[in-house]
Amino acid sequence: MSAPKNWVTRLPRAILYLVLLAFTVFYLLPVYVLLITGMKGYTEVSLHSMWDLPRAFAFDSFAKAWFGSPAEGFRGLGDNFWNSIQLAIPATIFSSLLGSMNGYVLAKWKFKGSNTLFMLLLFGMFIPYQSILIPLVLLTQTLGLYGTIPGLIFVHTVYGIPITTLIFRNYYATVPTELIEAAGIDGAGILGIYRHIMFPISLPGFVVVMIWQFQSVWNDFLFGVIITSRPAVQPITVALNNLAGSYIVEWNVQMAGSLLAALPTMLIFVFLGRYFMRGLLAGSLKG
Amino acid sequence: MAHATLAMPRKSKRWLTSDRLISLLLIAPSVIAIAVFVYGFIGFTAFASFTKWDQMLPDFSFVGWRNYEKLFNTTRFQIDLANTVVFTILFLIACLALGFLLAVLLDQHIRFEGFFRSVFLFPLAISYIVTGVVWRWLLNPGSVQLGSTGVNLLFEKVGLAFLKNGWYTDPNIGIKAVVIAATWQMSGYVMAMYLAGLRGIPEDLREAARVDGATEIEVYRHIILPLLQPITLGAVIILGHMSLKIFDLVVSMTGPGPGFSSDVPAFFMWDTTFRGNNFAQGAGIATILLLSVAVLIVPYLVYSTRTEADV
Repeated sequence: MSAPKNWVTRLPRAILYLVLLAFTVFYLLPVYVLLITGMKGYTEVSLHSMWDLPRAFAFDSFAKAWFGSPAEGFRGLGDNFWNSIQLAIPATIFSSLLGSMNGYVLAKWKFKGSNTLFMLLLFGMFIPYQSILIPLVLLTQTLGLYGTIPGLIFVHTVYGIPITTLIFRNYYATVPTELIEAAGIDGAGILGIYRHIMFPISLPGFVVVMIWQFQSVWNDFLFGVIITSRPAVQPITVALNNLAGSYIVEWNVQMAGSLLAALPTMLIFVFLGRYFMRGLLAGSLKG
Repeated sequence: MAHATLAMPRKSKRWLTSDRLISLLLIAPSVIAIAVFVYGFIGFTAFASFTKWDQMLPDFSFVGWRNYEKLFNTTRFQIDLANTVVFTILFLIACLALGFLLAVLLDQHIRFEGFFRSVFLFPLAISYIVTGVVWRWLLNPGSVQLGSTGVNLLFEKVGLAFLKNGWYTDPNIGIKAVVIAATWQMSGYVMAMYLAGLRGIPEDLREAARVDGATEIEVYRHIILPLLQPITLGAVIILGHMSLKIFDLVVSMTGPGPGFSSDVPAFFMWDTTFRGNNFAQGAGIATILLLSVAVLIVPYLVYSTRTEADV
């Protein structure tokens, strides 16, 4: 596999790159449309010129998607963007901490049946959430959590436990048991070992888990649409879906709104893609 | 504290007991939460599917299998099941083929590998709702009077007008249009899994086969594909359970479509439960969904955690 020398050996390489470029076009096509549509002014926006580049830059669509248009009777996504931030950050922190404790115990303090317990916990991340929605609505209504952001934080924390536990357990399993035994001989108890050894060395694990949880809470739609019915407390995905389902909202505003909803997780992917990947592969258990 | 090795076992035993209690206390909140919110709730849903609760106010009178009998005789549910089968098969084939192809292409020591990898992977980071909204406009066929839009318009521009079609507005295509968007979003995942697998295969193995006179295609068929089998199995299970649960993408991209041509059980469940207040029917659909996912996932979970426990 050394460097190709003449055109005969170069030709397959050229085809290889052409194929890759063709796929690149396929994957970037929606991004292209999103970007150019968002940048067009109202005079230029038309479905029939949707592939044409904008002649002048205007950010009208973004402004309208963010602030809404009270005159036309629709809310902007700005408030919902902040709702999602307020929701995703605490939910991420809580479920990561719980996952870290569970992962520590299930990796280093195994007891009879702990592997079975781990398996039962894991099942929770694969279930179709439809199978728990009805009692979830009833219970959150009874507890006064229905229709509130704290309610959504609570729900995301609970259903985030399986995946966070999985990632941390696999992470802690790689820590040599001798390290823990040595600390135990030195008089450190379970909490001391966690605080002074496991927690500090699992900071990269926290980055992986928190990125994963943030993006899954941010991108969630089902819990948002079921738990919150008032537009003022809805997360951005639910608000975007309402916006897109409304006939009075122009398609360019919908496109700009989509870009706003995708922005935080896209930025994370661009800057912290490596960690994102690890969370992704952890989700396939042994992948 | 620690002096004689002889004293160790007794000491570590005592040290274990109080810490053992703390260890159980540490996981207790999560275990209780999952017991209630996963298993308790599933039990409640399964119970509700056997009741007469078909309006806002709960009615827990037992009706046996009646809800299930009705469900399987409902045209919409029959269409949903057929749609799920079509979606699952096409989505799996498309993702596995595309994912494998991309992984093999990226494994050819190419330049800008990081760039290409990111391009194929970034759709995973965004919400199904965003994907759905964007692809709804891309696959909006336009109209005869006003002309084509979206991908159809693009086909016209590049001289591929014969590829134009009605996408999700055509009842014969329906759910298959959703497969395009879902594949766009998830194929990168399969690529990442295969790429990780390919990188784990030592170069000597391929080299040895080449020395024995195997062509590059034979190397992939007889050496690499068999070695990647566990990854294929994992991908089939992960993607398979996703396609059984598919919901967000259908909501934002097509809705149930003409003649329920893009409807799926998860959407029907949401529709009948939270819009139609037919809680018993919704619970029935949810239970069937759960069972179908469990058939796929439970053996995989048992297998995965078993083999992990040996480590």
